[in-house]
Amino acid sequence: MFLPIRRQILPGFHLCLGFTLAYLSLLVLIPFFALGLRTFSDGLTPFWVAISDPRALASYKNSFGIALLAGGFDGIIGLIIAWVLTRYSFPGRRALDAIIDLPFALPTAVAGIALAALYSPQGWIGRLLPFKVAYTPLGIFLALAFVGLPFVVRTIQPVLAQLPVELEEAAACLGANRFLIFIKVLLPAVLPAFLTGITLAFGRAVGEYGSVIFIAGNIAYFTEITPLLIVMKLEQFEYVAAASLGFFMLLTSFVILFLVQILQTWNARRSGGPA
Amino acid sequence: MSSLALTSRTPNHDPKLVAYTLTALAISAVGIFLVLPLVAVFAEAFSKGPAVYFGTFRDPVTQNAIWLTLQVAVVAVPLNTIFGLAAAWTVTRFTFPGRRFLISLIELPLWVSPVIGGLLYTLIFGLQGWLGPWLDERDIHIIFAYPGLVLATIFVTFPFVTRVLIPLMESLGQAEEEAAVTLGARGWQVFWRITLPRIKLGLFYGVILCNARAMGEFGAVSVVSGHIRNRTNTIPLQIEILHSEYQFAHAFALASLLSMLGILTLLLKVYLEKQSTRRTASPAPPERLRHRDPAVPTT
Amino acid sequence: MSIRVQNISKVFERFPALNGVTLEVKQGDLLALLGPSGSGKTTLLRIIAGLEFPHSNDGKVFFEDREVTWSSAYERRAGFVFQHYALFNHMTIAENIAFGLRVRPRKTRPPEAEIQKKIKDLLAMVQLPGLEHRFPTQLSGGQRQRIALARALAVEPKILLLDEPFGALDAKVRKELRKWLREFHNQTGLTTIFVTHDQDEAFELADHIVILHEGKIQQAGTPHEILSRPANRFVAEFLDLPFPS
Repeated sequence: MFLPIRRQILPGFHLCLGFTLAYLSLLVLIPFFALGLRTFSDGLTPFWVAISDPRALASYKNSFGIALLAGGFDGIIGLIIAWVLTRYSFPGRRALDAIIDLPFALPTAVAGIALAALYSPQGWIGRLLPFKVAYTPLGIFLALAFVGLPFVVRTIQPVLAQLPVELEEAAACLGANRFLIFIKVLLPAVLPAFLTGITLAFGRAVGEYGSVIFIAGNIAYFTEITPLLIVMKLEQFEYVAAASLGFFMLLTSFVILFLVQILQTWNARRSGGPA
Repeated sequence: MSSLALTSRTPNHDPKLVAYTLTALAISAVGIFLVLPLVAVFAEAFSKGPAVYFGTFRDPVTQNAIWLTLQVAVVAVPLNTIFGLAAAWTVTRFTFPGRRFLISLIELPLWVSPVIGGLLYTLIFGLQGWLGPWLDERDIHIIFAYPGLVLATIFVTFPFVTRVLIPLMESLGQAEEEAAVTLGARGWQVFWRITLPRIKLGLFYGVILCNARAMGEFGAVSVVSGHIRNRTNTIPLQIEILHSEYQFAHAFALASLLSMLGILTLLLKVYLEKQSTRRTASPAPPERLRHRDPAVPTT
Repeated sequence: MSIRVQNISKVFERFPALNGVTLEVKQGDLLALLGPSGSGKTTLLRIIAGLEFPHSNDGKVFFEDREVTWSSAYERRAGFVFQHYALFNHMTIAENIAFGLRVRPRKTRPPEAEIQKKIKDLLAMVQLPGLEHRFPTQLSGGQRQRIALARALAVEPKILLLDEPFGALDAKVRKELRKWLREFHNQTGLTTIFVTHDQDEAFELADHIVILHEGKIQQAGTPHEILSRPANRFVAEFLDLPFPS
């Protein structure tokens, strides 16, 4: 093993590490390996054909493009919410704080049918709007923004809360007005957390399935997301195509995770918090 | 106006207008985006009256879905709890090469589409998968059967207990466990007598969260389920079927069940956070600081 | 029991915490490890306790003539008092003190009556009688410190190791506890090592002092020896003594 033979102070190192690695190997590593093997079982060509298929390309526009837009939207709304939660006290602040985690606790299928009920043309909100939301890319956007919001708020909130008041006071003493303080002092301080939050929301949105398929309408080339395409390929027993798309999505998840790691290190250095 | 005074917690007050606007914006955003969908679930569930609502749970197919969901959770959650404890202990109590990588690996399912979770096991155990033909000859069914549901659920929910425990155990530090060892406690004694009592509330929350996610899991389970009525239909899949059959009131009634589980999880989190801030707010000296040589980064 | 430390080195993430440290503590001695923060004193104490292990096989730790370099803390049974006490907050004071006895295998575990007697005796010894049923969070810092000591003593260790024993206390309590610890040591005669960054504490309390800096021993000796003849410029500056250049 790559582990140096070294005495550990507390008991259970080998047992716990062994169990953890075995569990992860059986559930994650070996299946990942199997996925890779299946993807490239007939060489690179089928993989390339599957992931560059026009229908797949159209689905990326939803799963990646709209996910990015939703992440950006969450970033702005999340920054405002985090600001309000850490800077002002008002009746119901604690309740507001607690509700932020709702998308995290609500099953995706439940969120999906609830959003569909609200935004369908006959729905509570959909009825009031002059344009269609459900069964259009806008519906996908809504669902993805819903699942991603807590990630932004929960990443920015601790950074804002830990910002020393002296920072703003010093700037104010130096004659900066509130707006300048925000732009020059606060924004740079929360920027890493802000970007981390957006990336997390984006990463979560890319793979989202349950909440989207109820509101998207799932029209090929229009409102079809990549995970749904994988499900369909599997149902048609096109295993290689399904594996290829899955492998491709997995790769992008790795890239996003890697990006998050870099951003978190940056964030830690900026705010002095743990990485 | 004065009853709703926004008192800024910093000496630098934002202009009143800005403060009010931002607060209004935040409240309405949360209201429209997060609260309204939840309200919609219950409103739709009761839209045809309580008789229809409760009728949902008398349908044998629905009852079967609830029963199956419980059967899946009762295997997946305990296994993930044991994993969560072992992984959190490994990662927070020891330093070893590859520790950061291991943490990332544990978190991976959170960032991978749940559909991929289902895909992975279909590629291995499905009829055209690696082991499919071999299993089929022996009449063992994993995909489109109960074991597949359990596997997919475990895959999606195994990070949750660990994710709750890692920050908790980091912040508690390991001095108490070290003290126990110097006093002569051995392996399991340290765990049962020191660690477990100290983390039990956090562990409880982790298990409840894991359970809520396990019972509500949709994407991964839907891939491996095959949607066989009375056989492989869990609650979320049954919600989908009811919804697609335009039995909206029934679909939402069933959804309200999972929503209540979610709300319970949220309330529990609020309660536990209150507990922990009360504990840290006590005037006691910071005895939970983790021992580390100043030169060693704590990450 | 005497303690001998031979050529111990320890590296944290490429930063040397201890660099070839050798020292000897005689039976019944009260020794202070003195140095600024980051000097490696706590690391050395933890290596003696078995809560940390040296970097290579060159270094050795002996209790009497028995080598314990790679023995676990469990095997060494050194009484260790942690800087922030590390009391078990979910247990009463009595349960805390009895912990080391109750975790013993049944064969060597004393009967319950004996454990109860021991709790009483130890609480009397640390001058906190009657606190059995309180919880650690209900006590003051100075009281917790003494409970931590009682808990360490319950298993009858042959050596006692104290990590910044008064570090988290205010000045008045520090002074009182210092005096009390000296008397306590005179009574028990336990070989004791304590870590401190406070020179007054070291010089007032210890029989011998070891001054550490950047993982190396700068000087070792009795308080008198060190004060009258600082070994190098660092020691002189650290103790604010004149150093003949």
